[in-house]
Amino acid sequence: MSINISNISKSYKKVKALQNISFKVETGELFGLIGPDGAGKTTLFRILTTLLIANKGTAKVAGFDVVSDYKNIRNSVGYMPGKFSLYQDLTIEENLEFFATIFGTTVEENYDLIKDIYMQIEPFKTRRAGKLSGGMKQKLALCCALIHKPKVLFLDEPTTGVDPVSRKEFWEMLKRLQQKNITILVSTPYMDEAALCDRIALIQNGKILEIDTPEAIVKHNPNQIYNVSADNMYKLINSLKTYKHNHSVYPFGEFVHYTDRRTDFNPKALKVYLESQNLSNIHINKTVATIEDTFMELAK
Amino acid sequence: MLPIIFVLPLLQLVILSNAATFEVKNIKFGYVDNDRTTTSRALTEKFTASTYFNVLTNFTSLNKASAAMLKGEIDVVLEIPNHFERDLQKEKYNNLGVTINAIDGAAAGVENVYITQIIQRFNQNLKVNLVQIPDQQIQPINIKTIPLFWYNETLNYKTFMVPGILVLLVTMITLFLSGMNIVREKEIGTLEQINVTPIKKSQFIVGKLFPFWVIGIGLLTIGLILAKVIFNIPMIGSLLLMYLYTSIYIFVVLGIGLFISNFTETQQQAMFISWFFVVVFILMSGLFTPIESMPKWAQLITEFNPIKYFVEVMRMVMLKGSGFLDILPQLLKTALYAFVINGLAVWSYKKTN
Repeated sequence: MSINISNISKSYKKVKALQNISFKVETGELFGLIGPDGAGKTTLFRILTTLLIANKGTAKVAGFDVVSDYKNIRNSVGYMPGKFSLYQDLTIEENLEFFATIFGTTVEENYDLIKDIYMQIEPFKTRRAGKLSGGMKQKLALCCALIHKPKVLFLDEPTTGVDPVSRKEFWEMLKRLQQKNITILVSTPYMDEAALCDRIALIQNGKILEIDTPEAIVKHNPNQIYNVSADNMYKLINSLKTYKHNHSVYPFGEFVHYTDRRTDFNPKALKVYLESQNLSNIHINKTVATIEDTFMELAK
Repeated sequence: MLPIIFVLPLLQLVILSNAATFEVKNIKFGYVDNDRTTTSRALTEKFTASTYFNVLTNFTSLNKASAAMLKGEIDVVLEIPNHFERDLQKEKYNNLGVTINAIDGAAAGVENVYITQIIQRFNQNLKVNLVQIPDQQIQPINIKTIPLFWYNETLNYKTFMVPGILVLLVTMITLFLSGMNIVREKEIGTLEQINVTPIKKSQFIVGKLFPFWVIGIGLLTIGLILAKVIFNIPMIGSLLLMYLYTSIYIFVVLGIGLFISNFTETQQQAMFISWFFVVVFILMSGLFTPIESMPKWAQLITEFNPIKYFVEVMRMVMLKGSGFLDILPQLLKTALYAFVINGLAVWSYKKTN
């Protein structure tokens, strides 16, 4: 058991950031914490990395208690905060060496662990960190978080503000790290990244909505979802929202995801209604639920 | 950044040392001569002869002189009464009216002393001229004081201002830099990354403060060289002693800076609080106004002012050549201060919140 959280609560004055959070992460697991901004993801990360002390509950990381054994945790975890927080006026090389020294190790000692990632930014190693692009900053931050060969890696929204190609690369890197038996706890507001995790926890307003594998979570969605499209998107959404039988209406790319409250829902009746609203080119098709649909359903 | 840290303070040293003088010169002087005799003219000529006064106008009435002072055209009005010469000869006694613009209280005090001196000197000459009866029974007894200004014989204000201003520079730069430094890391977020590492509090703080300590000592060195080369300030005491004291003193300032940055969230707050302390420390350091003239409670507060000790020590060692034992009280107090404030700073720095 790599991370064991039980009944953690934390509040800032009146705001309840976390309420009774409990879950476990197995060694070598890639665990995703999925939730919108302000859900409490960062607060949980800060508690687990010993930067913040919870009001209630206990948590263990790599077998050490986050309060009484915080010194050991700092030696055995890597943390990559959501905001880029390496020294901007040090170069790539200097940053890496600086963090290696602080952790009492050298770059050479654990080079094999970061080699794949570091090779991509090595051509720019004399460039200052502040002058790097978003994707390169992420890679450097990951290198610095890995330099002491941590047992557990905490990544707080590592792909926020990163372009789609770099995002994809980043997740591939995480998959490779996982094979080296590093436990990874990653948070993200992007639902599409959730499917890449072994297990995910959906979190909102400081509460865990559901914990399971991405496939299982999708199966929990009880509603049949329909892709609805028409020539006027805005009018379509408004019409669906005023339809008296609607259960949920969310725009989803070029379609609107629609669920109905009735068990004997007939798409044809909806089509008739939409046509009466002066919409044309109407298509209504069944589709499978995604994590986003499930999250929206659970968050209702 | 590094050139700014060194160039600006030294510019300040050169400018302030030449400008921050207690001498009042070019006093705009006006007089109303109601007497118009040789004696009254002799008196006004004394003022004309003085290098401190610019005799501007002879006003026909006190009202006109007052109006001129209101407009700021003159600083001092001397009113010589009617029958000044006659009364002086007859009664051996007379009054002169002196009006001084006291908007600047310090300058007014100095002006008063100048005027009194000129009139006294005039008075003595007058006695010789006017008192012509040799068989006076009581000879006027004159007690004359001959002041000797030790350690600064010519009362050169630069000699005591330059060491003081040097103190201010070392203090300001080290306090501002250290006060802003850790807050800056809080703002950028690098502190968070550092806090999850196994680095020890003391290691981190020493690493943060040592560069500023070096900068402080560097500033002192360059300042001392300038003081010698430009202002030719005497340096009688041991340089080593000065460096010993300064190296302890900088720890106090750095500790204060660190303490401030522990309790602030933004550089703006840190800057504001640093400024507050610097201004209080400077004005209560005895550099510009003597501590002896402060009220009792203020004198008590100055006991906690590190700049006061530094100014004292610099002046003692540089001008008086004080040795280790002479500055030992200040040295011990500063060392205690450094110990307490740094202890508080390390204690209040928390890696978790």
